[in-house]
Amino acid sequence: MLGKTADGLFWMFRYLERNENTARLLDAGFRIALTRAAAAENEWTSVLTTVGAKPAFMEKYEQMKTTHVIDFLLRDPSNPSSVMSMIQAARDNARRLRTALTRELWSATNECWLTLRELLARPVRERELPFVLSTIQQQNALLNGTLHGTMMRNEIFNFARLGTFLERADNTARILDVKYYLLLPSVSLVGSSVDNVQWETILRSVSAQRSYHRLHKGDVRPREIANFLMLDLRMPRSLAFCYSKITDNLSHISKDYGIRQPCFEQAEAVFARLTDRSIDEIFESGLHEFIQDFIRDNNVLGRQIERDYRFYG
Amino acid sequence: MNDFMKFDEMFGMGDTHREPYRDYHRWLESQDTAWLRRKSDEAETVFRRIGITFSVYGEEEASERLIPFDVVPRIISSREWSRLVRGIRQRVQAMNAFLYDVYHHQEIIRAGRIPIELIADNEAFLPQMMGVSPPGNVYTHVVGVDIVRVGEDEFYVLEDNARTPSGVSYMLENREIMLQMFPELFARINVQAVGNYPKNLRRLLGNCAPRSCKGTPAIAVLTPGIYNAAYFEHAFLAGQMGAELVEGHDLRVVDGRVAMRTTQGYAPIDVIYRRVDDEYLDPLNFNPQSLLGVPGMFDVYRAGGITIANAPGTGIADDKALYSYMPDIIQFYTGEKALLENVPTWRCCEPDALRYVLDHLSELVVKEVHGSGGYGMLVGPTASNEELIAFRNKLEATPEKYIAQPTLSLSTTPILTKNGLDPRHVDLRVFVLVSSDEIHMTPGGLTRVALNKGSLVVNSSQGGGTKDTWVLEE
Repeated sequence: MLGKTADGLFWMFRYLERNENTARLLDAGFRIALTRAAAAENEWTSVLTTVGAKPAFMEKYEQMKTTHVIDFLLRDPSNPSSVMSMIQAARDNARRLRTALTRELWSATNECWLTLRELLARPVRERELPFVLSTIQQQNALLNGTLHGTMMRNEIFNFARLGTFLERADNTARILDVKYYLLLPSVSLVGSSVDNVQWETILRSVSAQRSYHRLHKGDVRPREIANFLMLDLRMPRSLAFCYSKITDNLSHISKDYGIRQPCFEQAEAVFARLTDRSIDEIFESGLHEFIQDFIRDNNVLGRQIERDYRFYG
Repeated sequence: MNDFMKFDEMFGMGDTHREPYRDYHRWLESQDTAWLRRKSDEAETVFRRIGITFSVYGEEEASERLIPFDVVPRIISSREWSRLVRGIRQRVQAMNAFLYDVYHHQEIIRAGRIPIELIADNEAFLPQMMGVSPPGNVYTHVVGVDIVRVGEDEFYVLEDNARTPSGVSYMLENREIMLQMFPELFARINVQAVGNYPKNLRRLLGNCAPRSCKGTPAIAVLTPGIYNAAYFEHAFLAGQMGAELVEGHDLRVVDGRVAMRTTQGYAPIDVIYRRVDDEYLDPLNFNPQSLLGVPGMFDVYRAGGITIANAPGTGIADDKALYSYMPDIIQFYTGEKALLENVPTWRCCEPDALRYVLDHLSELVVKEVHGSGGYGMLVGPTASNEELIAFRNKLEATPEKYIAQPTLSLSTTPILTKNGLDPRHVDLRVFVLVSSDEIHMTPGGLTRVALNKGSLVVNSSQGGGTKDTWVLEE
């Protein structure tokens, strides 16, 4: 496979995953904005921080208004991470590597682009937001379903999946990074300052409310939330889950190529840190530090994959 | 020419359907026009979803556009087709013999059959190719021959495309969509399949691999990239052939081979099906300003390390000035009279011809010798006074840049319009594959249709559309 193709696949699926995450964060933030107007500004600030768009946003707008945030994150062409910028970039990549995709997957990507372009042609009004967000998620689900239903399980699939899970791990870690203080044991001791809504918001932003409640019978505790998002191998957006997939896919490529590249060792080391200790040990040695180290290592791994598999010249 | 003389593919000169259309016409008569319109809209939706688009130069907005597709097929009988096949085969053979000669001994010039200026002063002539013999002496692996028809038995070759002809993906996708939209038609009428084109292309390219190549030849399609007008086709063909789709920056000369950068290091390529122009192949040997090429690729080529299809320098054979000599070229290399006629052509570089052209400008079609895509062309009978004056000035200033031809009344085929069926002018591009022991023509081709009523310009960049082209089984 061409290095360029691996590069295109990896980033195409990072972009698509990022869109899904942005849609979830907007959904969770919008819920806060609707139900507790006083907390809206704070919530939007953390959403923007999570997606790394706060400085760019502040440059453009003076106030943290809901309509501004929605527009900036969904449509703004000057925001390279806006949903529209991302789907455009993903579709450009898909055009470049069209020969690597099944006809069905290309069509699904193209249709996603056509649908979002139509949907985001004009500013999205608040009352349309839930529909728009669910359409983004539906389109992404279609795309992922087509990937699974039509693509061979080979290097092409592996590089696509690596993009998805590196991006997803980054996103979950960033949510934790912004909200870690809500999860500290000391907070729950105080009891009154943090209520369920904040925790629910965290769960909502990784689409994990129902799974969590089924698991813990409605008992919402910060320790359990942190464990769920970081170490639970059953939870498809947890750090550990992402890394089990990343090591899986790298191991397939290594077998296929008959050579283990340095990125494989790196991924295994990160995965080990998510499986060889309990959440209490992580709290003890410092939650925030752990998350920040993770974000850094995740980025380093991405760059190592690019080098090992000759994405660029 | 007046409309009275117009030949229609479905109805001939009268109003009863011609034999090849018998079964289709019977089917068509029992269809409801509104239903056909719905099918037509459905087809457009599918095309849009699949993203079968082309880019238009000079249009910022909507730079990806669909080529309009018409659901009424153009039907050719097997007898008509075999006649075209014989003529085109002869022409393409002569073309390759000519290219070999031009880049070796130039006997045709010594024999005085074509003037030396035609080669020496021609931008399409590549002196770097002198003495180079491509594998199997095949120069034009892929040729598109444009055929027009003006009567029941009158076919002309309008143009040869021997560089990087495009359109074959539309031939394949048009058939695909017709099969989806009107499956019952194909159960009723025996239409020859076109779908093997990519397989044949792969086989013929493989047959032309360098002698040093062992095992299955590694084939790559070289594209200028996603902003090229024909990018969709490049990706399509690479995908269908199971070949890699590469750009110049994926390639490098490694150990005397052209190699592509893969996730496992550099891997050598045996055959490059290039869809870039000569001057963008290799900045060291051709255009030093080009960012698209592969430095040193031409040296590998000369040393026999890679096959480039089509060979560099084939443009000399499809040049519009040379076109008028094709009957002589065919005679010279095959010893036979050309089976398919050329459109009579005035070479404006000749004073007598120029005088005639200037005197009859409003009746003629004037084309640039090096132009393509229907740009820079004058259609006398429909041109405004200003356009005629502008062309008169151009012709007087640089006559050698132009040729002129009579305005042919191209045959028409009905298309589906808002108000039912209505005839429009069409041409036909036939796709030819060449290897050292085989010349293969896909039974079908790309019928291009001038969608504007009365227009004779079929190019997609100028308001043209396409149709599926059926060659019937015997």
